[in-house]
Parts: sequence; structure tokens; C-alpha cells
Amino acid sequence: MKNRTIKVDYLARVEGEGRLFIKIIDNKITETKFNIIEPPRFFESFLRGRRFTEAPDITARICGICPVAYQMSSTHAMEQACGVRVDGALRDLRRLLYCGEWIESHSLHIFMLHAPDFLGYEDAIQMAGDYPDLVKNALKLKKIGNDIMILLGGREIHPINVKVGGFYKVPLKKELDEFIEPLKWALAFSLEAVKLVSTFSFPDFERDFEFVSLRHPEEYPLCEGNIYSNKGINIENSQFLNHFEELHVEHSTSLHARIIKRDDYLVGPLARYANNFDKLPAIAQKAAKEAGLSEVCNNPFKSIIVRAVENVFACSEALRIINSYKRPEKPSVEVSAREETGHGCTEAPRGTLYHRYKIDADGIIKDARIIPPTSQNQKAIEKDLLQYVEKNLHLPDDKLTWNCEQAIRNYDPCISCSCHFLKLKIDRG
Amino acid sequence: MATTKNKPKLAVWKFASCDGCQLSLLDCEDELLAVAGAVQIANFPEASRNIIKGPYDISLVEGSITTPHDAERIHKVRRASKFLISIGACATAGGIQALRNFANIQEYISIVYPNPAYIETLGKSTPIADHVFVDFELRGCPINKYQLLEVVNAYLNGRKPNIPSHSVCLECKRKGNVCVMVSQGTVCLGPVTQAGCGAICPSYHRGCYGCFGPKETPNTSSLAEWFALHDSSKEDIVRIFRGFNAFAEPFRKESEAYEK
Repeated sequence: MKNRTIKVDYLARVEGEGRLFIKIIDNKITETKFNIIEPPRFFESFLRGRRFTEAPDITARICGICPVAYQMSSTHAMEQACGVRVDGALRDLRRLLYCGEWIESHSLHIFMLHAPDFLGYEDAIQMAGDYPDLVKNALKLKKIGNDIMILLGGREIHPINVKVGGFYKVPLKKELDEFIEPLKWALAFSLEAVKLVSTFSFPDFERDFEFVSLRHPEEYPLCEGNIYSNKGINIENSQFLNHFEELHVEHSTSLHARIIKRDDYLVGPLARYANNFDKLPAIAQKAAKEAGLSEVCNNPFKSIIVRAVENVFACSEALRIINSYKRPEKPSVEVSAREETGHGCTEAPRGTLYHRYKIDADGIIKDARIIPPTSQNQKAIEKDLLQYVEKNLHLPDDKLTWNCEQAIRNYDPCISCSCHFLKLKIDRG
Repeated sequence: MATTKNKPKLAVWKFASCDGCQLSLLDCEDELLAVAGAVQIANFPEASRNIIKGPYDISLVEGSITTPHDAERIHKVRRASKFLISIGACATAGGIQALRNFANIQEYISIVYPNPAYIETLGKSTPIADHVFVDFELRGCPINKYQLLEVVNAYLNGRKPNIPSHSVCLECKRKGNVCVMVSQGTVCLGPVTQAGCGAICPSYHRGCYGCFGPKETPNTSSLAEWFALHDSSKEDIVRIFRGFNAFAEPFRKESEAYEK
């Protein structure tokens, strides 16, 4: 009997603490675990008793890489609970802030975390030795995303300018106009980046995914839309918990999500792209087609191309918003608390992020539920690993381990978030 | 440029946290390649799978201690480090997750997890300095990346970091902001909070909520009285001091005084 163990005790180039463990006995995989070992922080517990207006600042702290996602899902949930809609220029500014986060987060993941897998480096700094211009341009792109967040949010990590009802302060037209030239460069570099990453070599691997994302009648989704899947779900965000459930498994401090009475599903760039190709601007559709993508991409290793396409979208959307900006008279709309439950679902860079809050008439939070993208993707990740390893048992341990790590990074997992998430351990005995 | 062999080794460690403070290092887009030229990035899993064995010249520690395993691991980090610098509100004060320190942990676990038995956690979230000797504490939620570069630079060059411990008010005045407390009656923790962020909140027309923790000798009780005079309820005052640095002693004591 021949046993093998593939394991990674502390997965690198992902956000947070995760672990991978795969056990193979006689060329049969007996165990695949993608563990989240991030210590629990109990956000949903200590949100109880806080004011509804505090949720954007508090939940931002769930994740240093996608704080805007937490601020957007929580503000939209609170506004739904209070019966308020934020529209016009304020809604556009929220989309612009989110574009900033997408550009920053996608650039970090494409170039600093994921590209080294394809090009055979331990990290981007090593990669910079051979590709100095690529890394410098990647950092420049990332910085433009961060600069948008600094202007609209006050700072790039845990912005302070987001509130229930809008913003504390809105920018002047001329402050936004300063981004036009940098964003034109960013758009041009993003188009180049799509071409470049499409030349990487990709494992021949596809799965029949159920893709879940927001879908909006008029736009590529960021903050609003129905929850939609390519296999028949099309519901309002308030119905989320009637269709999705979370399971608590022993090897993880993250809860695993699945579609009730069905199976695993995938959220994130691949899902948004498959469900919303028709809503991408023409320039992004063209870039995707020229890179060899069809309107649906079932190879998770190619998520890096889709992320690059989404950067094209984010840069062009940011330019559109800035060019049409008229400064609103007030930075926010008035929001008064009432006893109600509100749901917020927005597209974090790594996928759909659901929040639900129950508040009382005084605006005190009675109950909070937060379902981050990575916990929704955890089952899909484990399935990818299982099927990938099954097909590649002939590979030596070091190569198999490298590719399994890469398969996890396909999802840009955000482990600090999902804890309520990973160690690779391949056990061949 | 120093060769890899004699470059100082920098390590980054994560405990319970959001990753934001170590991300600050990757957010130094203009300086990152220069930093990587000056030090050997020897242990930084978020950025590299290349892990070089210790000992390390500088360890940056992010996050708070919340599990029995981490309470052990921090001692290993200390033993492997010449200088240990804790970065961010989690590492210096226990972070937002220290709100559990005022509550019943079993209840907290059961709210989030259907099978509490699977969860191993400590009743309190505590700062790194409660467990091991810390050479320097860099405050903030998140830290200011320029302050981070200053601290790393100082330790590489054998000098004291130039990090002020005065209040946010000084930064705010220097920026020429109109005081949000005086002019609008807005609740603001600026007078008792350490500078470092650049007084961002008042610059965006809102009150400071204390990301950088208590300044040296903060008069929290006088400020709390002002809040009470300006229509903050006792519960509101408890919540104001119970933020991202809730377990830092001056803020903790003030919130407890209004809980009674």
C-alpha cells in the first residue's frame, strides 16, 4: 500500500491563515481539506448592541483588503432596513469608491500573488528581478486604485468617509478630474495586462460550475442587483438565506456555504463574468474575446484573465463616473432608524458578500449575519482540488503541491474574512 | 547595495487580525522595491512562499492573542527575533475582537457557530505585550504606512523612531481644520487619541473614533463629561470608548465608569 500526503501548513500569498491537506492511499484520494485556521473574532456577536450607524466602520475591520465591500454591504443593508434609497451622484460615488477597491485588490492579486505561480517565482519581488517594468507598472496601477480610495474614503485601508446614507464629505469636481489622466494610463495598461496574462500556460481543467453573482438590468454589478445563478436562481437579496445555507465543519473556523438541497457554487470574477458578460463595456468584451475567452469561462486557473478583464471594466467605469460627475448638494441623505430587518449584497473583489441586520426603533443592532465570499467558495475550492489531484497523481509531490496552492489562489481567498477559512497538506501516508 | 547574505532579515507574523496592517507594507507602492533592496524579506507569507529560517533582525507582529495555540506561538516568534515590533490596534491593544473581554465568550461562540465544540478560543483578546517583551508598539487601525517605514528605518539604523505621542488635536490644528466639537457639537475622540492618522476624520467633517488609541496622559473623564453635556447617553459613551482600542487601559476604564 502506497500512501502520500500533500500538505501546506501555512499557505502563502493569500490573505490570512489557511492550510491544505490531501491524503492519497493507493492512488486514491481519501481526504481533501482546505482549512481555515484563522482565529475567530466574533463580529456577528459584538455587533449586537451597537448603533446601526457604526456597522460600516466596524465591519470594515473584518478585512484589510476589501474594507469597502464590507462598508457597501452594511450601508445598503441598513438603508434597506430604514427604507432609504441613495441615488444619483452619491450612488455613482459609491461605485467609484468600489472601482478603486477592485483596481487595488485585483492588481495585488493578479501581479503580486497569482502571476508568480504561472511564471515560476516564489514572489513578486523575485519576479521583479526579471520583469522590472511589469512589476513597476503593476504597482503603479495598484496605487491608482488606492488613490481613488484615499480621495473618496480618507484612506485606502478602513476608509472613514462612508456612512449609512452616503458620505461625510463629497469631492469637488476638480479633485476627481485629476484622476482622468492616470485612469487613461490605467485603462491602457489593464488592456495590455489582459493580453499578457492570456499568454500564461493554463492547466487543462474545467468544471461545470454553478456561478452565483449579482445581476443588474443596466450595469455590471457592484452594489445592487438580484442574486442570480446560471442554473436558475434569480432572487432579491432578501431571499438569500432561503436559498443558501452555511454548515459548520470540524476542520474549519469558517462556515461552508452551499445551495440548499443542492451543492457547492462559485462566487467571484468567473461568476460575475459568466452571468454579466452582456453588461461589460464594449472595450472589456473585446479585450476578453481577443484574449481567447468565450462568454463563459469554466477553467478556474483562467480567473486571472477574467480579473484582468474586470480591471478594464473598473478603469473604464471610473472614467465614466468622473466624466459625468456633478457634485451633489448634500454628502448624504437623512436616515432614521425603524424596527426592521435589512439585507445588503454587494460584489467584493472576490465575490458576493451578504449582510443582514435586525435593528430596533432606536437604531440598535439586535442581530447580524455576515456571509463572506471565501466561505461560499470553500466547497468549490475543495472540489477543484479533489478533481485536479485525481487527474494529476503522476506529478511529484513538490509540483503537485505548487499546483494545488495555485488552484486555491485561483479564488483569491480572503481568509481573515471568511473566518467564521485553509492549511495544503497532501498526505500520501 | 548590500548582498543578500548580510542584509538584515525582516519577518512579518500574523495573529488575530484583518491583515490590513501587514497590507500597509504592500501598499507602499513607491517604496516597496527599495525596502526589498534594503532588507531580506525572510518571512512574509502574505507576499511570498519563500520562507527563510530565523533568527530575524526585525519582526513585525500583527494581530492579537486569542487562542491557546497563538499564546504559545508568540513566544517562538519572540525567541527568533532581535527586535519585535507590534503593529496595529489588534497587536497593541487587543483590537475590535477585544470586545469579547467585556462579554461572555460562550455566548459569543454560540451566536456565530452552530457547533461551539469545534471552536478553540480564549476568553480574552490581548495585546502582544501582555505575553512577551515588545521593543516598540506602532499604533493604528490601520497603522500609517509612513510611520511603519519610519520605525523599520529607525531600527535598521540603531536610532529611536520618531513617532509622536501627542493628540490628534495637534495634527488637526496644523491642518487648519475647524474643530468639529466646538463648531458642530460632534462627538470626537481627538483630544484623547494619539496622532498618526493625519486627523483624517475631522478633515472629512466627522469626529475621530480613536483608531490610534489613547495618547499619553489622556483626560478621558473630562472628555466624557463633555459628551454627556452634549446629549450623549451613558450607553453612547460606553460605545464611543469601546471601539478598536476598547481594551487599552484609559479607554477601558472610561467605558467601565459609564457602564455602572
